[in-house]
Amino acid sequence: MVCDTCRERDAVVHLTQIVESVVSQVHLCEQCAAARGIETTVALPKHPLGDFLQAVQQQAAQMPGDAARCAYCGTSLRDFRASGRLGCAHCYGAFEQSLRELLRRVHGSTRHEGWKHEGADPDVVEREATLEVLRTRLAKAVEGEAFEEAAALRDQIRGME
Amino acid sequence: MTLDLSLLPDGGLHWLIGSGEHAGIVLSSRIRLARNLAGFAFPTRAREGERLRIVHQVRATAAKVPSLRDAAFVRVDECTPLERRLLHERHLVSRELAGLERPGADAPTGAGVLVTGDVGVMVNEEDHLRLQVFRSGFDIPGALRQAEQLDREMAAALPFAAHPEFGFLTACPTNTGTGLRASVLIHLPGLVLTQEIGKVLQGLQHMGLTYRGLYGEGSDVLGNLFQISNQTTLGRSEEDLSDQLVRVVRRVIEREEEARGVLSRDAGYIIEDKLWRAYGTLRHARNLPAEEAMNLLSGLRLAVGLNLLSGLSVYTLNKLLIFSQSAHLSHAAGRVLTDGEANLARARYVRQILANEARLPG
Repeated sequence: MVCDTCRERDAVVHLTQIVESVVSQVHLCEQCAAARGIETTVALPKHPLGDFLQAVQQQAAQMPGDAARCAYCGTSLRDFRASGRLGCAHCYGAFEQSLRELLRRVHGSTRHEGWKHEGADPDVVEREATLEVLRTRLAKAVEGEAFEEAAALRDQIRGME
Repeated sequence: MTLDLSLLPDGGLHWLIGSGEHAGIVLSSRIRLARNLAGFAFPTRAREGERLRIVHQVRATAAKVPSLRDAAFVRVDECTPLERRLLHERHLVSRELAGLERPGADAPTGAGVLVTGDVGVMVNEEDHLRLQVFRSGFDIPGALRQAEQLDREMAAALPFAAHPEFGFLTACPTNTGTGLRASVLIHLPGLVLTQEIGKVLQGLQHMGLTYRGLYGEGSDVLGNLFQISNQTTLGRSEEDLSDQLVRVVRRVIEREEEARGVLSRDAGYIIEDKLWRAYGTLRHARNLPAEEAMNLLSGLRLAVGLNLLSGLSVYTLNKLLIFSQSAHLSHAAGRVLTDGEANLARARYVRQILANEARLPG
């Protein structure tokens, strides 16, 4: 079957089109289909990270100041662009403007609509972790019969509890 | 440290039982949540001391989290290479966390995993925490409910890094927001044989979904097994994202069943011959390379699905898939097998299981 438009090449794209409720079949070759803006190459889904990194690259061209660094972890925008990974939670604040644009491009939105759990109090967690360390040291001190140190540790633990 | 797999509740393989909806086509359903602890750099940027502090803190917390009360804790960075491969073959840790991306590499410092029943928590992977719930068959809602509870309990004990607008913060912005990856491991030989698979996979992308091979990101599709999952994580609720996956996968299952119907009707004896040949090879081969085994086992699974082979349960098929992998064969042999030795051991293992568990029609 030849292409309806150029009447030269073989038709590889077969479309059913409806114009003013008249249904007709159109057969096009690859070039003529492309000229009409119809995608003909059947590509399997690309890797999502590939798309994402491409978006980062595109953004890089528009973005000056890629030497800007996160004050907390030292990651620069350039590092992020090379690895696709942010260094810490503070990077989201440091690169907020570029990330907002990127998140919109990747997810189509920047607003979290999901779960918001009642979070733990960081101070409590920190205290628990310190207590854990002190209790381990106390057990070691008792085992090693370092009773003076053990007594001091016990007082410290009691004070914190 | 030696890893005693018998100490892992259900060996971390509870999902193998082959129960649940459409268990013949959907092997398992999984919910994964990416979370980071506030106040620490993300693992790839964190110093060794920080990573160790994180793993200690998570371990101490696990004792207070009801969903993890009976969990076994494994320091992956203290395991032997064979043990790390075992954990990876069981889908309990990623390639990255097991340090298997380059031969001879070690696992990253502070790499750990908590395992109990349907639940696994990876520590110090790309994010500080990867909470995972596995379910047998097609049960995304069940997995999501369980993941929500685990997440709520952990959030009450550990402060998670979050942003008022962006939600949960992750090392890679493709996970930001919910940090959710809902996925199914699905067997689609009908669509592959009828060459409809390209269209189906392409369609997934239009629906905001993506696919990978058996071992996740970057792995090849082997044995007609695909992992289908959501692609975006921000701007929609966890329930919305999961519902979308469920709707599309339901449609994919229908298409697979249609394709199997077409194959039986139009190419009955050709397919039947192909599947019996797969059975014959598995039942009698003396040397069975891993990739060939995966493809033949896919044939066996299809034969069971088409009722050509009775007396073989979905559990047995799932077990064959996991235990015929090389680290599992080495573990059973009590020493590290070469590839050649593993091929012989694999053939022996599969023959023995089929001799004991497959009943043939006359």
